[in-house]
Amino acid sequence: MKQKKIQYSLDKSSVLWNNIKEKASDFFINVAIVVDYLKEVTKNIFASKFEGNEFLKQCFQIGNKSVGLISITGIIIGLVLTIQSRPPLVDFGAVAMLPGMVAISIIREMGPVITALICAGKIGSSMGAELGSMRVTEQIDAMEVSNTNPINFLIVPRVVAATVMIPLLTLYADAIGIFGSWLGVNIKDDVSLTLFIHQAFESVDFVDLIPALIKSFFFGAVIGLVGCYKGFNAGRGTESVGIAANSSVVTASLLLIIVDLIAVQITDLL
Amino acid sequence: MKKVLIDIKEVKKSFGKQEILKGVTMQLFENENLVVLGKSGSGKSVLIKCIVNLLKLDEGSINVDKYEISNINETDLIEVRKQIGFLFQGAALYDSMTVRENLTFPLTRLTEKFSDEEITQKIESVLENVSLPESIDKMPSELSGGMKKRIGLARTLIVNPKIILYDEPTTGLDPITSDEISHLINETKNKFNTSSIIITHDIKCLKTVADRIIMLKDGVVYKEGTLSEFEKDNDSYIKSFFN
Repeated sequence: MKQKKIQYSLDKSSVLWNNIKEKASDFFINVAIVVDYLKEVTKNIFASKFEGNEFLKQCFQIGNKSVGLISITGIIIGLVLTIQSRPPLVDFGAVAMLPGMVAISIIREMGPVITALICAGKIGSSMGAELGSMRVTEQIDAMEVSNTNPINFLIVPRVVAATVMIPLLTLYADAIGIFGSWLGVNIKDDVSLTLFIHQAFESVDFVDLIPALIKSFFFGAVIGLVGCYKGFNAGRGTESVGIAANSSVVTASLLLIIVDLIAVQITDLL
Repeated sequence: MKKVLIDIKEVKKSFGKQEILKGVTMQLFENENLVVLGKSGSGKSVLIKCIVNLLKLDEGSINVDKYEISNINETDLIEVRKQIGFLFQGAALYDSMTVRENLTFPLTRLTEKFSDEEITQKIESVLENVSLPESIDKMPSELSGGMKKRIGLARTLIVNPKIILYDEPTTGLDPITSDEISHLINETKNKFNTSSIIITHDIKCLKTVADRIIMLKDGVVYKEGTLSEFEKDNDSYIKSFFN
């Protein structure tokens, strides 16, 4: 009986050990695949055959798809920040600082992060689904057979376009957010737009704008790289298109928050 | 003695622990339609994807003309892919492009530069060959399954390949359209002097197009012969396909 128990626990620990080994091996294989993917994309970005037309098409797609959503969100963020921040500032008699405070919040954090998260949902998922469906329907294979490197034709233009367009959309979101804040101020007070902008930009410096823009370049790259990776490496069944789209959004959103944390720490050190 | 265009020797291919091809040896001769028959999962599609290096071989060799596929460099691979057209199972037309753009794509990437006028001329001529000249500005979503297959074939033909690989060309089509596609395969062979490997388990299509048949079973060649040899065979596995 005792011998049986010992044998059982030995079997159990060997199964556990095998599971750990398998998981560790899967993890390292995945890391290698991701590193290889990043290496290939980087190599192709600097390759001589840059697909300019595809890049412009993707820039248009990214801008066109997101601008409406970013406008609405930007205005609401500006409004909400203003409405929420006003009462404590009134209590402290510092309501004149409201435009500057909201502008700094929007430019340094809210604008880049909200824009990136919206784009992760809107663009990341569409990249994942589009490339995933191309994989399932063998369009990527057909491209390879036609002597076209799919990384160069499909991934590089999307990643570069996202990297270029997200900072531009961030600037737009900042402007719209500040406009929303002006609307918020005018619910209770009567402030002209010129005066509001003057007050807002009195407190804002280039030191606020530049790190935010730099981090939004990284946000763009993350969205493009994750969306394309998930779609490009989708499985063969139709179910994998949905999985690719979903996992693009989840992974990109998580990575954006991590990149933001790192960027804030670096900015803090400077 | 007919010239060998593709020489496949002892090809092995596994996905993880699953062995798909366990040592396939076969040849494609000049100006013949070779049908590769076998049930789903027998490795037919894997085999033709290995020929164009979409999948890497684990062991064995594939020679296309003077090129050995397993050790091929990028420049030679382009040469091989110029010689081989591939018609995918679902035609694999690019969703975001019109028929015209779909046909222009391989033309501009696989061959020397043509003027816009020459490209239009080639597209019109190849669409005429597949009897779909009116679909030139349509999107793939506006085409039926049979039309997609024809446009897929047109995209294959536009670069004048010597060899065409058909991956289940009649799957998912109604009997009339299947018949049309089968006859189109024969017409293509006769008109353009091409040699083809046709992957199928559609016996009607096989009977229309096959000059020679190779049957795969469990990752190896089970039987090789002509249609009449297969029809006369008393083996129960072979009979299950032909009855």
